[in-house]
Amino acid sequence: MAEQKIKVLIAKPGLDGHDRGARVIARGLREAGMEVVYTGLRQTPEQIVRAAIQEDVDVIGLSILSGAHSYLFPEIMERLKKEGADDITVIAGGIIPEQDVGALKELGVKMIFNPGTSIQEVVDFIKKEIQG
Amino acid sequence: MEEILKGIKAGEERAVARAITLIENNPSERERLLQGLYPLARLPYLIGITGPPGSGKSTLSEKLIRAWRARGIRIGVIAVDPSSQSSGGALLGDRIRMGDVAVDQGVFIRSMATRGALGGLNPVVFDTVLLLSAAGYDYILIETVGVGQNEIDIVNLANTTLIVTIPAAGDEIQSLKAGLMEIGDIFVINKADLAGADRMVLTLEQMTALEGATEESWLPPVLKTIATSGEGLPGLIEGIDRHYQYINKYGLLEEKRKVIIKKQLISLLEKRLKERVLEPLIGSAEFKRAISRMLNFEEDPYTLVEKLLQEKGV
Ligand SMILES: Nc1nc2c(ncn2[C@@H]2O[C@H](COP(=O)(O)OP(=O)(O)OP(=O)(O)O)[C@@H](O)[C@H]2O)c(=O)[nH]1
Ligand SMILES: [Mg+2]
Repeated sequence: MAEQKIKVLIAKPGLDGHDRGARVIARGLREAGMEVVYTGLRQTPEQIVRAAIQEDVDVIGLSILSGAHSYLFPEIMERLKKEGADDITVIAGGIIPEQDVGALKELGVKMIFNPGTSIQEVVDFIKKEIQG
Repeated sequence: MEEILKGIKAGEERAVARAITLIENNPSERERLLQGLYPLARLPYLIGITGPPGSGKSTLSEKLIRAWRARGIRIGVIAVDPSSQSSGGALLGDRIRMGDVAVDQGVFIRSMATRGALGGLNPVVFDTVLLLSAAGYDYILIETVGVGQNEIDIVNLANTTLIVTIPAAGDEIQSLKAGLMEIGDIFVINKADLAGADRMVLTLEQMTALEGATEESWLPPVLKTIATSGEGLPGLIEGIDRHYQYINKYGLLEEKRKVIIKKQLISLLEKRLKERVLEPLIGSAEFKRAISRMLNFEEDPYTLVEKLLQEKGV
């Protein structure tokens, strides 16, 4: 049976030790029928990009609380480009100040969800992005 | 396709990863891929690691990978997790335990969902094994959760099967007896820091000893580990080495491979026969006529089946 599943990597870069939000998203995406690779806490950009490539995911979802986005995202996007994997859709969620959103989008981050976003919104966005 | 094959040969991760997706998603591309891949494939050493959810399989795997990497061995990991029956999605969480080994250039980790049909798991995993071997990985480690049929599937593939359990109560030992005892080459009591580990070792040892061992047969060792601290790991690594030597000494690697290949050929033949013979037959007018003849007790099923097959030239 040809089964086309959307595959998503949920990663938690940065040093803070909470991943409840990331886990909730991971479970929500599973319930929406997606295959979700969850890599756990404190992932380095190198770990994230390598995992995304080996797992051949359609989407990378980055969960950020620590405010470290301003240096983590450029490195992640750069590594993706270097590996020729910048066709992977990158989205982010967490606490990201309004004034940084523009710069992140310029880097190629497709969408930034703020903490109030429902899982359904994330699901809808991913489906639209991947399946058109 | 040519490009993917060239990439696989060169060990490019992107190509290997894409090819696994083809194997998972696309039956016709997969066939073409395998046709191109076969001449490149080698016989890798397959280690299966199975056991109840949360028993420490991934944490142990990480430690094993570390030790094998120190010997320069290249390792492919296939971590299989169940798909949710209701949504069809899956949560693949084995990478959480992989830490640094996940960025080691000699390690390729792929998480995979069962996607419902367990019968369908085997061919996908098997083809992924071939692919990883063609890409130059020497050892392939397959992690599956040991509930139900999975662990039987894994043993059909693996050269060495590790059963990972934790110190447990009597009734859980009974369930081990039912399914897992016959298929384990090495039994690991992980979380030996918890109470009851020694008693569990004794019980399992009695059970494996019952199977009896002669000179040419393998007596599965029962080993205690604490995967989180690494305690007992040298013993486990040595146990795996000994089993590897054992299967090589008696030519079991080749023998196993023969069994797998035979099974694979048979199941492929079954599939094609179904598509080309059975399905058209069921759709035919003769078949409908046969049903009505049976309904009216004009002819018995045995005679009818023979006639139907003769008409198809089988
Ligand atoms: N106390 C103790 N905890 C352990 C030990 N080994 C692993 N753990 C913990 O057990 C939990 C599960 O470990 P995993 O390695 O993910 O287990 P698993 O068998 O791969 O789990 P699944 O893939 O979900 O079936 C983690 O929190 C580990 O830290 C051990 O030897 N002792
Ligand atoms: Mg695991």
